[in-house]
Amino acid sequence: MDFLIMNEGFPLLSCLIFLPLVGALILLFLPGEGLARMWSLLVTLATAVLSFPLYTGFDPNTALYQFGEHKEWIPSLNINYTLGIDGISLLLVLLTTFIMPLCVLGSWTYIQKRVKEFMISLLIMETAMIGVFVALDFALFYILWEAMLIPMYLLIAVWGGPRKTYASIKFFLYTLAGSVMLLVAIIALYLHNDYSFSIPQMMGQDYSLTFQIWVFLAFCLAFAIKVPMFPVHTWLPAAHVEAPTAGSVVLASVLLKMGTYGFLRFCLPITPEATHVIGPYLLFLSIAGIIYGGLTALAQSDMKKLVAYSSVGHMGFVTLGIFVLNKNGIEGAILQMINHGVTTGALFLCIGMLYERTHSREISDHSGIAKNLPIFVTFLTIFSLSSLAFPATNSFVGEFLILAGAFSHNKIIAGMAIPGAILAAAYMFRLLQYVLFKGPGRPDLADLNMREIATLAPLLVFVFWIGLAPEPFMNVMHSSVDHLIEQVNLVKHVAESAPIAIAMVP
Amino acid sequence: METIICSRLLLALLAPLVGSIFVMLTGKNPNVRESCSLVAAVVTFSIVISLTGQVLDGAQLYYNIFNIVPGVTITLRADAFSMIFALIASCLWVGASIYSMGYMRGLHEHAQTRFNACFAIAIFGAIGVAFSDNFFTMYLFYEIVSVSTYPLVAHHEDEEGFEGAKKYMLYLTTTAKGLLLPAMILIYVLTGTLDFPHDIYSGIFSGDVSSALVTMLYIFCLFGFAKNGVMPVHHWLPGAMVAPTPVSALLHAVAVVKVGVFCTTRTMLYVFGVDTMSALNLGIPTAYFVGFTIIMASVIALSKDNLKARLAYSTVSQLSYIILGVALLTPAGISGGLVHIANHAFSKITLFFCAGAIYVATHKKNISDMHGLGRKMPFTFGAFAIASLSMIGVPGVAGFITKWQLLMGTLQAHELGIIVILLASTLLNVGYFAPVTFKAFFGKPPEDEPYTGIQEASMAMVIPLCITAFVSVVIGIYPDFFMNFVKAVIG
Repeated sequence: MDFLIMNEGFPLLSCLIFLPLVGALILLFLPGEGLARMWSLLVTLATAVLSFPLYTGFDPNTALYQFGEHKEWIPSLNINYTLGIDGISLLLVLLTTFIMPLCVLGSWTYIQKRVKEFMISLLIMETAMIGVFVALDFALFYILWEAMLIPMYLLIAVWGGPRKTYASIKFFLYTLAGSVMLLVAIIALYLHNDYSFSIPQMMGQDYSLTFQIWVFLAFCLAFAIKVPMFPVHTWLPAAHVEAPTAGSVVLASVLLKMGTYGFLRFCLPITPEATHVIGPYLLFLSIAGIIYGGLTALAQSDMKKLVAYSSVGHMGFVTLGIFVLNKNGIEGAILQMINHGVTTGALFLCIGMLYERTHSREISDHSGIAKNLPIFVTFLTIFSLSSLAFPATNSFVGEFLILAGAFSHNKIIAGMAIPGAILAAAYMFRLLQYVLFKGPGRPDLADLNMREIATLAPLLVFVFWIGLAPEPFMNVMHSSVDHLIEQVNLVKHVAESAPIAIAMVP
Repeated sequence: METIICSRLLLALLAPLVGSIFVMLTGKNPNVRESCSLVAAVVTFSIVISLTGQVLDGAQLYYNIFNIVPGVTITLRADAFSMIFALIASCLWVGASIYSMGYMRGLHEHAQTRFNACFAIAIFGAIGVAFSDNFFTMYLFYEIVSVSTYPLVAHHEDEEGFEGAKKYMLYLTTTAKGLLLPAMILIYVLTGTLDFPHDIYSGIFSGDVSSALVTMLYIFCLFGFAKNGVMPVHHWLPGAMVAPTPVSALLHAVAVVKVGVFCTTRTMLYVFGVDTMSALNLGIPTAYFVGFTIIMASVIALSKDNLKARLAYSTVSQLSYIILGVALLTPAGISGGLVHIANHAFSKITLFFCAGAIYVATHKKNISDMHGLGRKMPFTFGAFAIASLSMIGVPGVAGFITKWQLLMGTLQAHELGIIVILLASTLLNVGYFAPVTFKAFFGKPPEDEPYTGIQEASMAMVIPLCITAFVSVVIGIYPDFFMNFVKAVIG
């Protein structure tokens, strides 16, 4: 266990995983809808508070996994319960625990039927999501990865919109198809590593290039669907449009990050040579996603679809940053994962609040509402500006770093991403122009209440905090990213013979 | 070079922002709201004035606000170059806020709270641009100006307004995101910093960056700051004419277009630097290129009967004077260009103020309908006459100083072609400005409409335009105030 700094005393990560689960179990026996809401809010808030020591106790000077826990689980298969976080997963865990109370608040009045079951699904979701980010044993990771699927499926299929069956099945099939490939890759690695599921021990091993390429491709399919990368993104708009607000927020803020987290945690360090061989093709897919997402978002009349397609574009920037394989790019990508979670989550919350009032998501039904809902429109404007990477907001810092990484990698490829930045401005300003100006307004609508302001305000703080002073967020990732780049460049000399290697793959 | 950390810079920047917040909060009571605007303007101007002494003594004032990533910060700096722009922006905001009170109330415009708040935020952006210490800070405030002026252009919320505003946004964001953003990131990747150096000569590029790449970045910056109105990225400007006149005055004389040329010249002198620009021979081709804009815009202005449209094309033409002067890369040329930032601002805002006053008093927009109107509105048309003389470059008025310096700079650079452009442009200026004044005073009023009952617009409008016209004369006769800053820039 030389990769793990064991946690002394309080098992923080286990508590974070099991607290929502225990909360969900207790919720089963609680009567009443109001109580269910209060209890879920309490549990998610407690989890958020409990996760705070992760940041304060985190040592940014080491690339080792911290807050480590290790227990034998199924000795006959050598499956262990190993947990730990590094600079890559820390912020994602915090994002998850931070966004969940807001999801509960955002569904406060949105969900009217089967409230208790809804909250239980959300809490189980939280357990699985935190688990995925902290698991260091591949079997454990896979179990939690699959465990996310069911509550998410239920969130869409039970509480979704008119086409919920179609959307939920599509989501399920796509993700499952990826998971199956993931399982194959995990078992292949298990066999190659003397029957060990330990993720850190799989890194830096001397796999043959052919093996690496197959493993990489299997990983890549699973993660690319999750991100989602062009052209396997089609489940996303359907799922987003039909999902209830909290479902969309969880999906956009956390679930999509699983894919990019997978690339960083598994593809780059476990199969570095394959990364050098196949990475360049993924750069082009990222560019395609950026442009395609932007163009499609420009054509939408449904606000939720617009934000969903913008996600395809934003996540394209993240994968672009990852596969330029330099420090600026990868740090920018990690930061952009957080930014996208904050900003897109906030936009989905905003649209949900509007939907509760008008029962419509069409842009044209909300033209000119700035006169009637000034507070709401102020929030929407700031989050939209953040989404188009306006300077001094969070997304700008991420995009800046990603593009800086991309420009130092290859100027042509970076230049090809620039139209995506222009398109982001185009579709967001188009949305804002309608909402702010055009049209008569809706005098019948009430502005945001205190609960809704309390839901959005924390996200607003992060928009400007990350946008203006990102150091507290960047500091924790430096060592881990340096280490990751070392790992991926360890065998770079082999990559130079890549074309031959590719020819050898049957 | 003495450098001082000075928190007054931050105060000067925040005053307009705080002003806009107060405007929003007090929107229900128009008198309080407009007092907030005016107080913010006066406070901003006073703080900026209080910095002049130290800057003229050769100090550079700094204030670091945020550190984004290594080499990229949000830092303010006041040097002689920034003072020229900060002074005119804050000074004219005082005049414009008094004027817009008269204008907006005179026409009973709607959404005056939004108008005043956005106006203040635009000035916040302009002051930020003036005081930016690096490319990133400048880009940030440049974008703030773009976004905050969008509601001003779309103010009337009719089809024409949206069309103009859409074009405005399309041009400005496409160029900012498509050209400036990659240029900024490439500069960062190549040099590791975005901070401006202390003088105009060195630039931030070291010798080992390929000259083709530097040339490409230069072209990106020249067109990326599309607010500078260089053809072919000038179309947003006439399109934005649909805005209320105080906005046009702000847009076309002070905040927006001056932000454009300020950023362009700041980049030419402090990112690329005179040495790099001479070495790569970027100056003279730029001068000829914008020379085309000077002539073409003047020719188009001749064909416009709508007074504001004519003034808009005149602005396009005059802005290129500033870039032309700096592009000559000779001391006199740079002085001429930089001092024209101030000269043009005072004269052009007078012209727009006059156009607005005429509209409020008579609801006339076209020059051909203004025959004989001068006798009814002597102050307005008198100010118009003075300001147009300044545009033409007649001795005794501000514009002459510019022309003088530019001609000297051209001779220093031995470029006869530029002299031809300047002379032709002067004649064209006479061609499109002189008839307006002449017809207004000496033309015959139309038979069917003898202007009965027409008189000067309200004092809130006439007094500011008289003052700005007067200032145009003062800085024409005593040009030293701004010339001292210009001399300090050249060093």
